[in-house]
Amino acid sequence: MRKLWSFRGGLKLDGHKQLSMQQPITAADIPEYLVIPLQQHIGEAAYPIVDVGDRVLTGQIIAQAEGYVSAPVHASGSGEVVAIEDRPIAHPSGMHGMCIVIKTDGKDEWITLTPHAEDYRQLDPSALRNLIRDAGIVGLGGAGFPTYIKLNPGTKKHIDTLILNGVECEPYITCDAMLMQESARQIIDGLMIMRHALQARQCVIAIEDNKPDAIQAMHSALTSQESTFIEVVTIPTRYPAGSEKQLIKTVTGVEIPSNRLPLQHGIVCQNVGTAVAVGQAILEGKPLVSRIVTVTGHALHAPRNYHARIGTPMIDLLQQAGLNEHKLARLVMGGPMMGFEIPEHTSPVLKTTNCLLAVTQDDVGQSSAMPCIRCGECTRVCPAGLLPQQLYWHARAKDFDMTQKYNLFDCIECGCCTYVCPSHIPLVQYYRFAKTEIWAQERDRKKSDHARERHEFHQYRLERKKQEDEERRRKKKELLKNAQQKSDKQDAIAAALARVEAKKAQQKQEAGE
Amino acid sequence: MTQIHTSPHTPFSNSVSRMMTLVILTLIPAMLAYIWFFGWGILINSLICIVTAYLTEAWMLRLRKRPLWPFLSDGSALITALLIAFALPPIIAWWIPALATAFAIIIAKHLYGGLGYNPFNPAMVGYAMLLIVFPKQMTAWIPAATENGFTLNFVENLHYNLFAELPADKTYDMITQATPLDMLDIQVALGKTVAEVEAGFIQFSPYFGDGWDWISLMFLFGGLILIYKRVITWHIPVAMLTSIAVLSGLAWIINADANPDPLFHLLGGASMIGAFYIATDPVTASTTPLGRLIYGAGIGIITYIIRAWGGYPDGVAFGVLIMNMAVPTIDYYTQPRVFGQGGAND
Ligand code: SF4
Ligand code: SF4
Repeated sequence: MRKLWSFRGGLKLDGHKQLSMQQPITAADIPEYLVIPLQQHIGEAAYPIVDVGDRVLTGQIIAQAEGYVSAPVHASGSGEVVAIEDRPIAHPSGMHGMCIVIKTDGKDEWITLTPHAEDYRQLDPSALRNLIRDAGIVGLGGAGFPTYIKLNPGTKKHIDTLILNGVECEPYITCDAMLMQESARQIIDGLMIMRHALQARQCVIAIEDNKPDAIQAMHSALTSQESTFIEVVTIPTRYPAGSEKQLIKTVTGVEIPSNRLPLQHGIVCQNVGTAVAVGQAILEGKPLVSRIVTVTGHALHAPRNYHARIGTPMIDLLQQAGLNEHKLARLVMGGPMMGFEIPEHTSPVLKTTNCLLAVTQDDVGQSSAMPCIRCGECTRVCPAGLLPQQLYWHARAKDFDMTQKYNLFDCIECGCCTYVCPSHIPLVQYYRFAKTEIWAQERDRKKSDHARERHEFHQYRLERKKQEDEERRRKKKELLKNAQQKSDKQDAIAAALARVEAKKAQQKQEAGE
Repeated sequence: MTQIHTSPHTPFSNSVSRMMTLVILTLIPAMLAYIWFFGWGILINSLICIVTAYLTEAWMLRLRKRPLWPFLSDGSALITALLIAFALPPIIAWWIPALATAFAIIIAKHLYGGLGYNPFNPAMVGYAMLLIVFPKQMTAWIPAATENGFTLNFVENLHYNLFAELPADKTYDMITQATPLDMLDIQVALGKTVAEVEAGFIQFSPYFGDGWDWISLMFLFGGLILIYKRVITWHIPVAMLTSIAVLSGLAWIINADANPDPLFHLLGGASMIGAFYIATDPVTASTTPLGRLIYGAGIGIITYIIRAWGGYPDGVAFGVLIMNMAVPTIDYYTQPRVFGQGGAND
């Protein structure tokens, strides 16, 4: 048995997991239109390489990765590109984003896939990473960081532990649990590939103890040879046990400081859904065009998990799950603790859409915020060890320097503090606000730095030009002088020559006589 | 554009009014014990304090243009009123509790910005004002019913509090007596030993034969429920009671003739109500776990110092107020360790 550590703070929450676990994973219908955003990951948006009117096949690259931190985007169905335009997409700030819109033809015609089934072990880890990159795979757990980067050990040559995150600590969400129950073998196949890419010594599959079926499934999918270096670890159910740093602490006892990456400590975390995507990319040559989405909540008749294409309008999935429009108070992407409201129900499913939560009025508290009574409950539950109430105080006063002194950027936005606050203060909202403001200020500063640089460069160029001009003038003068001297010299030479010539002629004349 | 809701998308797990309601409910046993031992005075005082509290609260909210309903329903004014009522002698002119409550709500709470912004515990500010302005009335307590076999009935008590007139068959001296802490102070100062004083007054012994002990036990009982229900944490009560016990224990070991034993200190006076209901007022207490230990211990130490050497028989109110001042500093220096910063590993 592995020794487990515990992290401070956190909450015991009602899981509400059974709601969406009554049915097996169901294939969602192909929608009439697929709306595929160019930015579904952390980093640079992809840029489109198809035009309106083009016919595309399922799995075809329609937008290329741009820069190092980026991921390509593939068509998730066959059909015709009918628009490349701004559409509402799921984003905490309720933004719009560039999307490629495909009118599907219902044939779901695939590109020819080239599997690497036999030879992945012979492949160099970097070649493997390129394949994973080309398949457009990003972290499916929610953050959406390009996976191939997280599979690059970089200068840290030795990766000790690869943790496969099957914790799924947020209430309501069950896509990982269902995937583990139904596709345990594929998860392990993907895990083996990731292990090869990282050359990791050992693997840990971490699952919360409220998912006995998933634990069982993973155990029995492991071969005895594999179980010498892959361990299924049951961890206590406590929110946010699945948050990366908290999970690493629980499994290894290592606390990753705020300014460091797990990689620097020889640890990498990947999500179980990502493992399946990696397995499909390498073993079948399939790019990431679909994912499992939990569609749940009390405003639905038939909540369940759907195997849905990226780009499917959310409303389609809700309707397939029996949406009761009258009961729907708000649509949330993600779980109740960290998810955010989607005002436009036609927004498309993203690579990072793990859950659609159809919330009823009864599910949410209604009351206006009271002043903070300094009860300290938020401090007690904060898994990051912060003083949420102090942070709130300074964020509200827009004293951003103080928020940073109180370690604002260590906040993982888990929402524990807001959940327990008796005054119902939307604390996390204040932290997000403060972070965005600080980023904006930084951008402005960078911009002004840039402007200053440009200005200085301009000055420098002017200066240089002046110097150059002077130099040129000086040279010119010199040249002129030289030319003068030269011509003087030349004159002298010519005169001498003339004299010699004259002399010669004289001598000739004299000889001829 | 409709407003976008922010996470969490869940029912609230807690609310200010839930916390305050639990505080009030757990005060009921102590209230009943109070009535049992000292008659109806506490009830009369409570009513006066509550009415005053709500009138002044509503008035201040109006002046400050704040919404009435959410703030009137949070229960905080009710708690302030009850804590003042518990601190006052049962027979006392009606306007004294009213004055203390109005002072607490207007000066100590709303002039500082209302709920959540007041650095000092409002009830204790109101009470301390009375201690300073009306010291004589504050010490005129009545003996428990177990001693002289009667308490004033409701009408008699009310009549006295309103008109300062007693029933014909009773005199003021007959029905008033100093509190045990006060009495002990006076008698020991006159040269008696603690044992002699205790022998002379039935209210000192045996321990649970007298009203004060029972009432303190009721506060302890209610306080434990509050800890269990997570309305308060254990830190402040434990630190405060421990420091009182340790200091009084040391003094008792050194000279048992001049110093009563620790149990007397814990169950006499305001130790229990102070530890569980006054010092734990979230608004004015320290918010970090370590800070709460320091804060609680500080109150305990100051309380003991005032009891042993100060001019007042009890010191809880001043202990709380003095430590209130130290809270910002305590909080600043006792911040918890941030995840990943200076852990045991790395
Ligand atoms: S939980 Fe809410 S009321 Fe309590 S200290 Fe934190 S912010 Fe203030
Ligand atoms: S949201 Fe941030 S401050 Fe609040 S509990 Fe989570 S980590 Fe702590």
